[in-house]
Order: sequence, then structure tokens, then C-alpha cells
Amino acid sequence: MMRRVYFALVSFLLLAAPAFAQPSGQSPSQLDGFVPLDQLPPGEQMPAAPLLIAAYAFFLVLMMFYLWTIWNRLSKVEKDMQELARRQGGATR
Amino acid sequence: MTTRNRWFVPVLVLTAVMFAYSPIAIANAPYEVTMRLVQKIFYYHFPTWMALTVTVTVCTAASLLFLFRGTPLADRVAVAAAELTVVFGLFGLVSGSLWGRKAWGVWWQWDARLTMAFLLELIFIGYLLVRKFGGPGSDKLAAAMGIFGGATAPFVYKSVDWWRTVHPKTSVVMTLIPSMWYVILFCTATFLLLAALILAARVRLESLRAELDRQYLALED
Repeated sequence: MMRRVYFALVSFLLLAAPAFAQPSGQSPSQLDGFVPLDQLPPGEQMPAAPLLIAAYAFFLVLMMFYLWTIWNRLSKVEKDMQELARRQGGATR
Repeated sequence: MTTRNRWFVPVLVLTAVMFAYSPIAIANAPYEVTMRLVQKIFYYHFPTWMALTVTVTVCTAASLLFLFRGTPLADRVAVAAAELTVVFGLFGLVSGSLWGRKAWGVWWQWDARLTMAFLLELIFIGYLLVRKFGGPGSDKLAAAMGIFGGATAPFVYKSVDWWRTVHPKTSVVMTLIPSMWYVILFCTATFLLLAALILAARVRLESLRAELDRQYLALED
């Protein structure tokens, strides 16, 4: 019974928490103090292509690395299971 | 990589094809008028956070299930989702930083959205560290962290609406023109499929580890 009460309480707090947060009375304009990019002098403009390429390249490298780690860990566990099965087979003989 | 799910290979092929096509779709998408080329980071940046939202939700639900019901499978799903959250969060922060360098002129800004997203990433890194080094009982402690990570996520999402921040508001997505929408929906679907695939592979890894531990204990007995 207590477990259900705790569960209901935690669920309520999690769902209701954002509603209790106080929104601040900020100005609707988010552009105050900023200069539009197309108004910058050419010498101060930054090339976008290297940043764009870096973002997509980083994603590719990160995903390849992460998938490799999963594959590596799966291979290791499967190898250990085969080794264990071999040992179990030897023990029952 | 092996998995018992029948849907795994067809979905893997579909996701690979979609990822291969995504650069073409992004290149053909129209340029945003103020940010131009660098805005195209958006087509991987936004789907990453959508995928992260799903993995955080899965981790939170699974953590609740594990904490209050003690379901072993829920624990495996939670740890898999937490790891994916860290990976997606890392790319989201890095891609946002690269975009911000051009759009705002700085690599990083300690405003509400960026800081809360960073804290969310730290919570889930903490989750994984607790799982790895916490010793006995760390699974339940990590589950509690997963729940608090989930409770933080709505604040991250609404932070741009509640506080003054350099990051665009959530409503900006709705202002996109249809030809941008198709690309963003396509990329989001691709990322969600990727998340589902990796989640399945990671849960399989955790299940195999649990089975291995069980067999070792049986052998010792």
C-alpha cells in the first residue's frame, strides 16, 4: 500500500513540477543588443562551411565509435558465453 | 552484432538508407534567410534532441518500473537508454556550440537553455558512473538519478520560454516553411529509428551480461 502511495506521490511531483516553475516577465524581443549577421563588415564575417562540416563529421565519428564499442562489448560477452559453455561441457563429461 | 528481434535487420537497412539520403535532403532544403548555410546544422541538431527526449523518457519510465516493481528488464532498458542519452546529448551540445559560434559569435553561452541541457548531460553521465563504480545497490541509486534526470527534461524544454536566453524559443520550429518541415521530419524519423536500433542492441548486451552472470553463478554452485 505504502509503495503505491510513494509511486503516486513521485509521479505527481514529476508531472506537476514544471507547472510550479515561475516564468519570468521577460521582454518578447530576443534581438536586443544583437547585430544581424548580414550587417557585419565582410572582414568580421565567419565562414559557415567548416562549422557545418565539423558538426556532421563529429556526428559520423561519434556514432561510428559508439557503434564500435557496442559491437566490441557484444562480441566479448558472446565469446565469454561460448567459453563458459565449453567449460560446462567439459565439466559434465 | 546479434539480436533476436526479427525487425532489427530490416529497420537497420531502412535507417542506413535514410541516413545515406539525409545529406541530399539537407542540401536541397532552402536556406534560412538570416543564418544561411550554418542553419543546416539544425537538420541533425533538432532530431538529436528529439531522440534524446525519447531516450530520457524511456530511461525515466524504466527506472520507475525498476524502482517500484523490481523488474530486471526495466533496469536493462534504463541503463541502455541512459547511455544513449549521454551520446545524443554530447552531439546536441557540440552541434549547438558549432552553430552558436557562427550565429552568436561565441562557442558557449551560460544561458538557461544551454546550462540546463549541460546539467541534464551531467546527470546522465553521473547515472553511468554510479552504475559502473557504485558497487552493490548502485542499480537502485542510478534508477533514482534516472528519475531526476527525467524530471529535469521538461525544464530544459521550457527554459527558452520561461527565461531570457539567446537560444530560439520552442515556437520557432512551427514557423518553418513546408519544404524545411519535410526535411526535419525525415531527419527526426531517421534519428528515432537509430535510437530504437541502438536501444535494442544495448538491451540485448545487458541481457547477455545478466545471462552470463547467472551461468557463472550456476557453475560455481
